[in-house]
Amino acid sequence: MALHFELVTPAKLVRSEEVHMVVVPGMEGEFGVLEGHAPFMSTIADGTVQIFKSAGGQPEEIQVRGGFAEVGDKGLTLLAEHVED
Amino acid sequence: MASLKELKGRINSVKSTQKITKAKQMVAAAKLRKAQAAAEAARPYAERLATVMGSLAAKVGGQDGAPKLLAGTGSDQRHLLVVVNTDKGLCGGLNANIVRAASAKARQLIEDGKQVEFYLVGKKGRAPLKRNFPDRIGQHFDTSTVRDPGFEEAEAVADELLEMFEAGKYDIAHLIYPTFKSALVQDPTVQQLVPVPTPEVETGSGDAVVEYEPGEEEILEELLPRYIRTQIFGGLLEVAASEQGASMTAMDNATRNADDLINDLTIQYNRSRQAAITTELIEIIAGAEAL
Repeated sequence: MALHFELVTPAKLVRSEEVHMVVVPGMEGEFGVLEGHAPFMSTIADGTVQIFKSAGGQPEEIQVRGGFAEVGDKGLTLLAEHVED
Repeated sequence: MASLKELKGRINSVKSTQKITKAKQMVAAAKLRKAQAAAEAARPYAERLATVMGSLAAKVGGQDGAPKLLAGTGSDQRHLLVVVNTDKGLCGGLNANIVRAASAKARQLIEDGKQVEFYLVGKKGRAPLKRNFPDRIGQHFDTSTVRDPGFEEAEAVADELLEMFEAGKYDIAHLIYPTFKSALVQDPTVQQLVPVPTPEVETGSGDAVVEYEPGEEEILEELLPRYIRTQIFGGLLEVAASEQGASMTAMDNATRNADDLINDLTIQYNRSRQAAITTELIEIIAGAEAL
């Protein structure tokens, strides 16, 4: 019961792991992605991505700038132009 | 016949040249590994972007309101050739090959009655292209100040190109860069950059209804500049890998050449030395016999 999450920048594959939930700063508001989310695509605003490794745990935060998010059968793929850990 | 001292000097000078080429070869080998790793690391992003682009472009592309970057300006008169060269030499025929490919493309376009302008990235292509097409050189982007051209440089180049496109300076842009095949082979590639060619994607995987936010067209409009940036970034990475690969091969050849040269010179040196000794002996013996 996990969501496959990938964070990719032009320079490298930053993350590829199983997580519980990811909160993405979408252009039209933040949205959380859990396992089994419907296919969805959105551009993302500059902001913070929160990664919840487990339910109720402390989120890990990553700053992203410019990009978009895609939710498919394979999980969530975040394409960001710049990433700051 | 050169004197012994002269020969010795030449052997030494070839030896020191060989030291330089050998060092450069080893440096290139180490850098090649790094450049290849960078090119590989960039692949996932480019692939995913191409997939998304393909599925979106297939949906929006046929409609009237498709973005200009995808549909084109409707004319194909003015062409911009973006040529990516290296900044440093010592890499064999790499730059010459790129310049040749660019010139061939330009001549073909000119023959078809189109207007051609160049946009040059990297130092080494400037002089030969300027010689071939003195009045068609447009702008030049300097990458020689940074050690490893990265995404920031690609972004800067892409932004400038997009600005020129917005201003209506050209209709079609091509990217010319070497594709790294192996350390021995780097093929110059000509690729259309603007309008963005629709990437091929296998349909069928996207049968599920995808929800878009804000909308398909808005996303596509954001995506296209990003896609162009990624293409240019890919070109920069390829040129970096190609430069190191070509440099490695060229320097390997040079080192081997120097080896041959040293061998030849050493044999010549020894022969002259022996000839000198023999002459001396003959002189001594002749002197002793005369007594």
